[in-house]
Amino acid sequence: MAYQVNGQTVEHDEEGYITTLSDWSRDLAEEIAKTENVNMTDEHWAVVDFLREYYDEYQIAPAVRVLIKAIAKQMGPEIGNNKYMYELFPYGPAKQACKIAGLPKPTGCV
Amino acid sequence: MADGDTQVPELSFPLDIPCLKRGAMEGTKPFVAAPEHQAKLGYPGTLVPDWKERALAKMKELAEKNRAFQVYLDICVKCGACTDKCHYFLGTGDPKNMPVARQDLLRSVYRRYFTFAGKNFPWLVGARDLTEDVLHEWYSYYHQCSECRRCSVFCPYGIDTAEITMAAREILDSIGYGQKYSNEIIGKVHEIGNNLGLRPKALAATLEGLEEDIEDDTGVTVRLPLDEKGADILLITPSADFFAEPHIDGLIGYAKVFHEAGVSWTLSSYASEAANFGLFIGSYENMREVSLRIRKAAQDLGVKRIIFGECGHAWRVAYSFLNTLAGPFDFLDQNYPIPQHMLEFTWDEIQKGTLRLDPSRNDHIRLTYHDSCNVARASGMGDYPGGQFEIPRNVIKAVCNNYFDMDPDTIRESTLCCGGGGGLLTDDLMDLRVKGAAPRMKALQQVTDEHGVTHMAAICAICKTQFSKVMPKYGYEMDSILSIHQLVSNAIILTGQDTGGDAKDDDTEDAA
Repeated sequence: MAYQVNGQTVEHDEEGYITTLSDWSRDLAEEIAKTENVNMTDEHWAVVDFLREYYDEYQIAPAVRVLIKAIAKQMGPEIGNNKYMYELFPYGPAKQACKIAGLPKPTGCV
Repeated sequence: MADGDTQVPELSFPLDIPCLKRGAMEGTKPFVAAPEHQAKLGYPGTLVPDWKERALAKMKELAEKNRAFQVYLDICVKCGACTDKCHYFLGTGDPKNMPVARQDLLRSVYRRYFTFAGKNFPWLVGARDLTEDVLHEWYSYYHQCSECRRCSVFCPYGIDTAEITMAAREILDSIGYGQKYSNEIIGKVHEIGNNLGLRPKALAATLEGLEEDIEDDTGVTVRLPLDEKGADILLITPSADFFAEPHIDGLIGYAKVFHEAGVSWTLSSYASEAANFGLFIGSYENMREVSLRIRKAAQDLGVKRIIFGECGHAWRVAYSFLNTLAGPFDFLDQNYPIPQHMLEFTWDEIQKGTLRLDPSRNDHIRLTYHDSCNVARASGMGDYPGGQFEIPRNVIKAVCNNYFDMDPDTIRESTLCCGGGGGLLTDDLMDLRVKGAAPRMKALQQVTDEHGVTHMAAICAICKTQFSKVMPKYGYEMDSILSIHQLVSNAIILTGQDTGGDAKDDDTEDAA
């Protein structure tokens, strides 16, 4: 189970989350998004970039509420809201956006 | 399996018995745990070469150690009372999801190796050899039971079918054939303290953010303290309350109630999880290890009381087993229930009149309530029988003007599972989860048709996540599922809160 990007092979688990976090690149994110039927726009990238920044600091993805607050601050409340996040990432801003951002899947009752 | 492929079952009423679809769910199974997930729980990493001998030895050990388990294996008379009581059977039509048939997958093997008739005349008594096919069938169908115990309510012998599922999973774990979802999560609790893997720094930042949000909304400073030594109350809540919607709104509700009650409380970063998936895999050892974190946190912080937030199976473990697993709790204040449920606390405060509530703030909601299975059938609340049904409803009615119960055959002790309980709340079982939710969704549609119900409340992190995922398949918005304490949070008027233009309480006073 692997993605192919720029001639490189990047391993992923059964659900498509990459297994080595340092393998991530922006080209890879585009590739993962393709398999998820997500067309990456600036708004998608704002979410992905925030998730990665947050992960760098806290070693976990942020709560959906925290993500929405940050995006609302950056891009306005018409984009930073729950409904819009699900339009961007139909399988959920937590799980699907994490997959594209190269972060581990949030586990638990979420 | 992509959930887009799921055929949403159309039931004509919630407990409509489907046409049988033999083999409909055959091969449905969750991802298998990786060796590192298994190792953290003390299980073999992969299927061991002598799995058959070890599985039978484990079955024997469990039957000897747990006499109830042996009785459940011996006593079933195949009366059929349970056949149509399982939401997964109702939603999938697969006859192996009839509780009696699912249990028989294990019972038939037990009979073959451990009973006189099965050893000598297997063909007469439906006994069968433990083969590789049987093993995979166990893995598949024992992960199509959410251990909700609805079928047990209707069993004339009182067979606790969940115990058989738990035993099957324990046998599977012991031979290196565990489930990824549950076992990865239990490993994270042992290592980090919660299902999410949320470390103290992230938890502190999340709580700080919530304090800011509350202050922005209300103008009042409400604290969500973390690791505060000397606090009176330790709140143990599911980590989903720190992360997911609508859970997090419930957490805000707890904080507001504690604030208005004027008590000192704290969360713990060491025991930052109420859930205890050790129950789901039938592992006493893992259940105990998770529970002991709560004891240690309570002692280290020097608290006098322990209160549990909204989490279904956590409350079962807390209410029914905590003292055995991690007691005695003689260091806590004996004047309070040990442990106490957050709803008991809130209901007490409502009765004392400490909370200023304006239920009209929930007038945009027409509400019903989903009794979570583990609270309904495996625990209690308050000091009278049935308190676990009444106290949540009492709190709801104090904060919401429009409340309607669903079909009586689908609530209270007959409540239906949400479809995601018992370690099945994982994306790889989405097809099963959507189908298993069908009976509950039909009961909800009925109250929507009859009373215009728009929202449903629940007091379990699993129920809330499951419904927010599956409700859109049944024509509801994902935010139609609510925490009870979210409703409390909406209705509560904090001391000193600027109520601005929507101060309904002032209107009421004028009218009076």
